[in-house]
Amino acid sequence: MKISYKARPGEILNTDDINCRLEEDTLYIAGSLLAAGTGSLCKTIARKTPLLKKQVSRINLNGLTDIDSAGIIAVFYIRGLLKTNRDIIIETDKTAIQKKLELFSPAGLEKSAPPPRKSLSESTGEKTHRLFVGILYGFVKLAADVFYWSVTDLFRKKTYREGEFIRQSVKIGVNAAMIVVFMSFAIGLVLAVHSGGQLSTFGANIYIVDLTVIAVMSQMGPLITAVLVAGRSGSSIAAEIATMKVTSELDALKTMGLDPIRFVVVPKLYACLFTMPFLIILSNVSGIAGGATAAYLNLDITPEIFISRMGQIMQNKDLLTGFVKSQVYAALIVLTGSFYGFSVDRGAEGVGRMTTLAVVVSISLVILADSVMGLLFY
Amino acid sequence: MDKVIDVQRLYASIDSSEILSDVSFSALSGEVTAIIGGSGSGKTTILRHLLGLYPVTRGYVSVLGRNLSDITEEEQRRLYLEMGVFYQDGALLNSMTVAENVALPLKHQGNLPDELTDDIVRMKLRLVNLEEAYYLYPSQLSGGMLKRAALARSIAMDPPLLFCDEPGAGLDPVSLESLDRLILNLKTLLGMSIILVTHEVSSIVRTANRVIYLDRGTVLFEGTVNQALDSDIPEIADFFSVIRKKQKGTV
Repeated sequence: MKISYKARPGEILNTDDINCRLEEDTLYIAGSLLAAGTGSLCKTIARKTPLLKKQVSRINLNGLTDIDSAGIIAVFYIRGLLKTNRDIIIETDKTAIQKKLELFSPAGLEKSAPPPRKSLSESTGEKTHRLFVGILYGFVKLAADVFYWSVTDLFRKKTYREGEFIRQSVKIGVNAAMIVVFMSFAIGLVLAVHSGGQLSTFGANIYIVDLTVIAVMSQMGPLITAVLVAGRSGSSIAAEIATMKVTSELDALKTMGLDPIRFVVVPKLYACLFTMPFLIILSNVSGIAGGATAAYLNLDITPEIFISRMGQIMQNKDLLTGFVKSQVYAALIVLTGSFYGFSVDRGAEGVGRMTTLAVVVSISLVILADSVMGLLFY
Repeated sequence: MDKVIDVQRLYASIDSSEILSDVSFSALSGEVTAIIGGSGSGKTTILRHLLGLYPVTRGYVSVLGRNLSDITEEEQRRLYLEMGVFYQDGALLNSMTVAENVALPLKHQGNLPDELTDDIVRMKLRLVNLEEAYYLYPSQLSGGMLKRAALARSIAMDPPLLFCDEPGAGLDPVSLESLDRLILNLKTLLGMSIILVTHEVSSIVRTANRVIYLDRGTVLFEGTVNQALDSDIPEIADFFSVIRKKQKGTV
């Protein structure tokens, strides 16, 4: 839209589309007053309001060739700007425009107040209530339900699809194997490189084996595996259940007499409990392999020496704690993913929000559980 | 009357299966044109072509005088500003309130003062009888309210051309009738040209001027609603059978 600056006397705005001029007490608006052009007219008139307010008592639309609803609202907006104690008449000789003035008049538009904002104490109370009643109670209730069904389903006819356990095991376990192996190898390698430098200062090169094996088996292996599974499968479980909820699939299961926890969550829990120990073993092996590679390259400790020393320091307890951890992490990941999946409430946006929350919370819970178990099994 | 849409010898296929074959029809300015047909007849494919969401690979499609097979990205963007689309499931942005959804095209397009934008939004919501939903989010609306909110957004800019994809789907007869009245008002008062993709026979009879009947990717019938009601083509006769029976007083 081009604005002409060579204004004639009384001319307020002259663009390709709109011409607005003041003659005596009448503001003439001519041309095409459509949504795209109304902004400049309203802003120009708003700037000149004090001057125009004294003079204008009529707005004449006879020269308008086209006007849309935004244009009509703009005319009333201008009238509102220029209104003093005397009323301003809007006049037009075109029936179509008169009809539009009646249809789109903002008169009687009620500007309802926005919903009141909650005070700090109200929102704190609400959040605390939600944490204890909504989240903690909900989580414990879900855990109880899942525990009940996962134990009882061991002894009775399964309600989920045939082959579902295998499918979920492949999804949660087999498909995660490669990334677990690579990440664990990389972390074992870096751990050994950094600590090897310090040990060699004291001539204690051989202790790199102790350090690597103990660190990987008791802490790094299970933790890395759990974090990766939480990121991969925890998010996928939350997203799957949340999508099922927003598309009413869970309601459909319920109305067919199928318990969604039994049908959807229990096979995932079985699969995660079953595959997690294997993933942790894989992680331990590749983490130690990474450490052995670094020890060979940096500290001249041959694989034979590494393996022989490893045999002396490895204990059955490490394997057992690894297994216990795997079961705790698996349960936490599946329960957290399921809990947030079931908690979705606002369509597609809610699915994304709950998936993110599921990952963040499950990783945090895994780290917390790791700290507690680390102290217990020390 | 000018043609707002002109489709000539349009062909389309997806994964080597032909969806549209030699489709030709036109829609006139200021009219409601209903595109009807059974499931899998190609209605959605045609709509997506008209909206520029599918490229025109064979044939000619013109919307508001622009040839879509030879249109630049910028021209297409400008063309979008001249059309409104009312999606079947509303397609409102869930993270925004109803008012923010309706204000979106207005804020994007014009440099309107906020107060003016707010008035336009309230007026559009009043037009669809949804003033009470101003501060609500789409997830808080019922199916009918969602439809009306979507219609308010699609007409926010008073587009000369409005596409309605199954506007009546899932509505009760009373809501459907009020939506039809609204569509007729948009046509008569704003002079909008409306393309209606629908299955609702009662809506077609109430609102449409012209009917295009698709069958397995081809145009089986093109004409006025009265011509469609009188047609001897078995598919058309079946489609309108309920209305014909009502007219004859057999129901």
